[in-house]
Amino acid sequence: MDSGLALRAPRNDERSCMTNPVLDINNLVVSIGKKPKGANIIDGISIQVHERETLCLVGESGSGKSVTSLTTMGLLPKGTLVPTAGSVKLVGEELLTATDRRLRQLRATQMAMIFQEPMTALNPVVPVGRQIDEVLRAHTDLDAKARKKRILDMMEQVRLPQVERIFASYPHRLSGGQRQRIMIAMALVLEPKLLIADEPTTALDVTTQKQILTLIRDLQRDHGTAVLFITHDMGVVAEIADRVAVMRQGRLVETGPLETVLRNPTMEYTRNLLSAVPSLVPRAARPETKEPVVLEANDLSKVYKERAFFGKGREVVAADKVTLTLRKGRTLGIVGESGSGKSTVARCIVRLIDPTSGGVRLSGREISDISRRLLQPHRQKIQIVFQDPYRSLNPRVTVGESIAEGPINYGVSHADAMKRARELLELVGLPADAVSRYPHQFSGGQRQRIAIARALALDPDVLVADEAVSALDVSVQAQVLELLDEIQKRLGIAILFITHDLRVAAQICDEVVVMQHGRVVEQGPAAEVLTHPKEAYTRALLEAAPGRGWDFANFRPVSEGVAATA
Amino acid sequence: MLGYLLRRIFAAVPVMGVVALFVFLLLRLTPGDPAAILAGDNATPERLERIRASLGLNEPLIVQFITWVNKLLHGDLGTSLISNLPVMKMIGQRVEPSISIALSTIILAVIVAVPLGVIAAWKHGTWIDRFVMGLSVLGFSVPVFVVGYLLIEVFAIDLRWVPVQGFRSISNGFGPFFERMILPTCALSFIYIALIARMTRAAMLDVLGEDYVRTARAKGINEVAVMMRHALRNAAVPVITVIGTGFALLISGVVVTESVFNIPGIGRLTVDAVLARDYPVIQAMILLTSLIYVVVNLLIDVAYTLLDPRIRY
Repeated sequence: MDSGLALRAPRNDERSCMTNPVLDINNLVVSIGKKPKGANIIDGISIQVHERETLCLVGESGSGKSVTSLTTMGLLPKGTLVPTAGSVKLVGEELLTATDRRLRQLRATQMAMIFQEPMTALNPVVPVGRQIDEVLRAHTDLDAKARKKRILDMMEQVRLPQVERIFASYPHRLSGGQRQRIMIAMALVLEPKLLIADEPTTALDVTTQKQILTLIRDLQRDHGTAVLFITHDMGVVAEIADRVAVMRQGRLVETGPLETVLRNPTMEYTRNLLSAVPSLVPRAARPETKEPVVLEANDLSKVYKERAFFGKGREVVAADKVTLTLRKGRTLGIVGESGSGKSTVARCIVRLIDPTSGGVRLSGREISDISRRLLQPHRQKIQIVFQDPYRSLNPRVTVGESIAEGPINYGVSHADAMKRARELLELVGLPADAVSRYPHQFSGGQRQRIAIARALALDPDVLVADEAVSALDVSVQAQVLELLDEIQKRLGIAILFITHDLRVAAQICDEVVVMQHGRVVEQGPAAEVLTHPKEAYTRALLEAAPGRGWDFANFRPVSEGVAATA
Repeated sequence: MLGYLLRRIFAAVPVMGVVALFVFLLLRLTPGDPAAILAGDNATPERLERIRASLGLNEPLIVQFITWVNKLLHGDLGTSLISNLPVMKMIGQRVEPSISIALSTIILAVIVAVPLGVIAAWKHGTWIDRFVMGLSVLGFSVPVFVVGYLLIEVFAIDLRWVPVQGFRSISNGFGPFFERMILPTCALSFIYIALIARMTRAAMLDVLGEDYVRTARAKGINEVAVMMRHALRNAAVPVITVIGTGFALLISGVVVTESVFNIPGIGRLTVDAVLARDYPVIQAMILLTSLIYVVVNLLIDVAYTLLDPRIRY
């Protein structure tokens, strides 16, 4: 099977240009509301997707990628978003003026869609086999037996195990990857000409992502489907695209074959977007330090017990004897897939949850077993920044009050705390007068800066960043990473950085700890672990990282970079 | 599933135990001599003594409780102080009308309200939605006796389609039973239609924003299937809760309707007992009402597990 890593040779473009496009979007405009003067969410974009071709539609959040795909499917929320100009043609047939009935006929038979969140895209109260069956019942005259045969066959094609069992299973019994396979089976069971995949792997772990990408590509080859693939992830683009279309604020910035766009982007925006992709090659290692150890975890374990009314309860080991050390001014990364226990460890260290056993030493003081009351003076030495800045700040409290709350709790006067809040906002690159504003007045990146300022307000020795840049667009992500680096240099703070993204880990960590199923699989200097992994699991993780063979920031494949320096 | 059912029934035992204890203490802890309370104001000393003996009031409290529970378990709820009939028999006569009305009302309400709620949510923000919600406000605001007397005036007195009031047991034939059920059922269901329609609409609106509804539409199936198969089943849990508690309320608390239509149900029995301080009947009614709530809640929980495979116990 194709490893899915090497860049593919461009397919014979001449031929696909001669055939009629499967999807032809021409000068499409989508506006808000029914009024003629509503703002344009999509502002005159033109895209073609040909048979056997994958077009990747890339862009940051709010660029209009998803609206484009929903317009094509005719699934825009009625009355809120309205196509006002242009045309969308599917194999020559106009979709914007098609009746609801005709659109229903075309869906699943001619065009199908898979969505980002496999966890919520399937109906939780209907067995998955029946959900696929619905497509066949709506669009074919096959009898029950023939339908089931076809479904099981399709489920085998998407490489699901034990298809009979899964056929009768409810979605919550399946993993995220399995659910996405069901979605793909549902989309392709009638062999549509066009498949729209809207961030289909964004919610999945890297190893699962790799499998799904390979699957989509193989099925496309077998069925000759045209694929419109929407993603924000340049790594995924490098894996799957034949051609790339870059979108920004509802407009098309640049479009071209994959190699051309990655090597010679013509537009400034595309260049910036590519430059912001963190490299998988770890940054140059900083010299070892003899600074004091500020944080130590020894055999830290967390076991969740499920109590049962009758019989034995279930035990889930979320963290199993995790040991790590962090010195002043250094950054330690904990990497792993979902469910690996990385966040559990972080939360135990900050004592948001109580560890079951093992110890945590903060600046030499054991804090894992002291009472909440005695913990109070130590809390200020360790502060945490969470993943989602949209939910981690209280929307009804001003930014200044949020930042000042911590110091005030530790006896600082209100005036002094607010003065400090202003200084901190400037430190994180925001204007000091932001103190009197509310979180909703800021963008995601700015909010994360505020969250960092809030964490720094107590002058902690250790800053814990739990997936702190995962919800941000790459360009914003790069800025926040830079900010953390700068703050570390200025304040000598130690950072515990939890992430699932190896690229991010490679760019910010001095040491990394790789976790799987609650256990530490491998740990050591980032430069060592991420280039010469000793353990099979670490290797698998690295191999699954999308776009591994491509050095985006330097507009060349990694191999050429190696050749150039050699 | 069977194991779950047994566990739930088992778990209901302590609840009923606490209720029984409360009911038992109700009489014993009231200031004054329980026998005097029971006997009323004009009791002779002999009668008081007889009541004391029959209640075992001279025994220690714990012995009294055990004796009382023992009788309870054998279906002996005591004797009414007013009618001198066994309480069990009195309640037995009243159960049929009450359950009949509760059932017919809830069935009518569900049949009318659920489609109304679904359509309102489907046509969210249109005049249809506003019309259904307007009806719902009306249903909440008009008192049941107004609806009841209006219905009697029009359909029983003017049009003479149905009898004015009364109740016939179903054992005397379905016809007479049914024609006497129509008006009270319609009157009572008004407010339940309003309540359930509102609940259905709210739950449907929540669910219609879910990803799987979008998936269903992306499959190209028709809107009816999207609404019924994908949205309604997921919206059912809160709706079932309202229907269940509504049903429990209906059995024990429809005094006004029973009075308007002159139906000998449990509601009126309770009110009469309270007014006459008929303690054995009051005790029995508290026990019965608690039992109804426990059973209905059990049924609601069982319905949850049938509707949503993710709910496991």
